[in-house]
Amino acid sequence: MKILICISKTPDTTAKIAFTDNNTKFAADGVQWIINPYDEWYSLVRAIELKEADPSVVLHLVNVGGADSEPIIRKALALGGDEAIRVNADQSDSYFTATQIAQIAKEGSYDLIFTGKETIDYNGSSIGGMIAEILDLPFVSHAVKFDLAGQQSTIVREIDGGEETVQANLPLVVSCQKGMAEQRIPNMKGIMGARTKPLKVIEPATSEILTTVVAFDLPPAKAGVKLVSADNPEELVRLLSEEAKAI
Amino acid sequence: MSVLVFIDIADGQIKKASFEAACYGAQTAALLGTNAEAIVLGTCDADLAVLGQYGISKVHTVADPKLNHFDSQVYTKVIAEAAANADVIVFSNNTTGKAIAPRLSARLKAGLVTGAVALPDVSAGFVVKKSVFSGKAFANIGINSAKKIIALNPNAFNISKVEGTAEIAVFNTEIPASAVNVVSVNKVTGEVPLSEADIVVSGGRGLKGPENWGLVTDLAKLLGAATACSRPVADIHWRPHHEHVGQTGLAIAPNLYIAIGISGAIQHLAGVNRSKTIVVINKDPEAPFFKAADYGIVGDAFEVVPKIIDAVKKLKGMS
Ligand SMILES: Cc1cc2nc3c(=O)[nH]c(=O)nc-3n(C[C@H](O)[C@H](O)[C@H](O)COP(=O)(O)OP(=O)(O)OC[C@H]3O[C@@H](n4cnc5c(N)ncnc54)[C@H](O)[C@@H]3O)c2cc1C
Repeated sequence: MKILICISKTPDTTAKIAFTDNNTKFAADGVQWIINPYDEWYSLVRAIELKEADPSVVLHLVNVGGADSEPIIRKALALGGDEAIRVNADQSDSYFTATQIAQIAKEGSYDLIFTGKETIDYNGSSIGGMIAEILDLPFVSHAVKFDLAGQQSTIVREIDGGEETVQANLPLVVSCQKGMAEQRIPNMKGIMGARTKPLKVIEPATSEILTTVVAFDLPPAKAGVKLVSADNPEELVRLLSEEAKAI
Repeated sequence: MSVLVFIDIADGQIKKASFEAACYGAQTAALLGTNAEAIVLGTCDADLAVLGQYGISKVHTVADPKLNHFDSQVYTKVIAEAAANADVIVFSNNTTGKAIAPRLSARLKAGLVTGAVALPDVSAGFVVKKSVFSGKAFANIGINSAKKIIALNPNAFNISKVEGTAEIAVFNTEIPASAVNVVSVNKVTGEVPLSEADIVVSGGRGLKGPENWGLVTDLAKLLGAATACSRPVADIHWRPHHEHVGQTGLAIAPNLYIAIGISGAIQHLAGVNRSKTIVVINKDPEAPFFKAADYGIVGDAFEVVPKIIDAVKKLKGMS
């Protein structure tokens, strides 16, 4: 069985969010880059667990990004991917990115494609669904649990206000979130091994670009906190009712 | 037809997020000088004509029981047919919308903006403002394609009502077989879904243990609020993981967010800083959360919260 795992590069969760070039670009100076947490902690680690249960499983990673994505790809290989493919292009428009990954998925005839539920920078939640549609495959989003018996998967997915258990046969696209697996830290053997694992770089296929970023902006700063004495919580309730009109 | 709004039904009722999407679709249609219609999939008893009060002129229904179980692939095929003449298709950016909108985008080659927080700017092109960096910033996204899809963040757009009744029309189409078999649905009933809640009461590690959660749930019940928690609280299983808010949990934007014993780490703030009013109760005056708060009490939650509960009861004339 072959699993394709989508890996995206995002700023570290503590990175300062600021913009340059007339607010058209993220200010990347001094920013630490990480594997998008949903891709790493949930989808990649769950895929690794499937391989641990069945060593014949093959794990391929795919990233759409520039050469600066390679450190995070190597980290994903250190955690347990077998091989990686990098599509040498900027990750900007979701449709363009999904088209690239769908092309690779089709050529590699994968049984299972895992994505994170969203990236923590663009918050698009789009890539998995788009890949599935391009390939005309079923798509199960927001998975919190994934099990496999032969060709049949059983998946628990989050829905508004609860959970739903579904079954679907492979091949299939799944977007993963908290619950799927637990975060891991690469060990020394993994890190050493990752250096020599294959990382293929290919040029992007032609694709339409359906959206473009016009500009970013930051939310207005808060006016500052109004503190109420701990002895007088009635005053807080009064403010919430009369001033904020929130209760 | 020019704007089509997907209406999501839960437990036989139109979801609040769908009313928001309806208003958003109607106001987008007004900007474009056209009208807004809606589509409802599956059988439901809800009064759909009421969507007229949210600006929808016509509701297309596909009342086939095969659609009562959700499958993004089947839903996408049906909506794509219904959207043949639509220029703009609007979803709520909830779990259903997030599963369908990207599929539909790829199928129709219609540019997609998820997490929209404002009406499109149609003065030059078609630009939609969306939340990015988990609420820490906004991006204005231009959609280049002729057809456009927008998934509106829950609680980002005010519902405003008008006079009106929507016409109901049956949309006939063949429903393809589903490759996804729904085995069971497990919903917490009687509780406000976190993503749509108007008020959220949230607890952190400062509450010391799950046995103390009565403080959070009692206050929440009194206020008709949903409950949430910080990530470590879900990680150590004091609370179910679907309550986890923040950068790696749910991002929410209630009218009022009350944080009890939560330090306000940047990853936590990322998921809650779109809340209109933030109240922080923390015994540490240096807790970073106070910088993001509108109101705060520096004090011990175990002493302060029971007093707040009493004061709310008094306000509501319950004591
Ligand atoms: C990649 C990454 C992603 C993350 N994602 C998230 C996320 O999505 N959501 C999230 O919440 N966190 C997330 N975190 C974790 C985050 O950094 C913090 O560790 C976490 O939010 C802290 O939770 P807390 O405030 O409940 O606990 P603590 O930081 O332990 O804070 C407890 C607070 O309670 C106060 N307190 C203690 N006793 C009392 C009392 N009696 N009365 C009143 N106050 C009291 C203390 O003063 C303190 O401020 C993430 C971290 C990383 C690295």
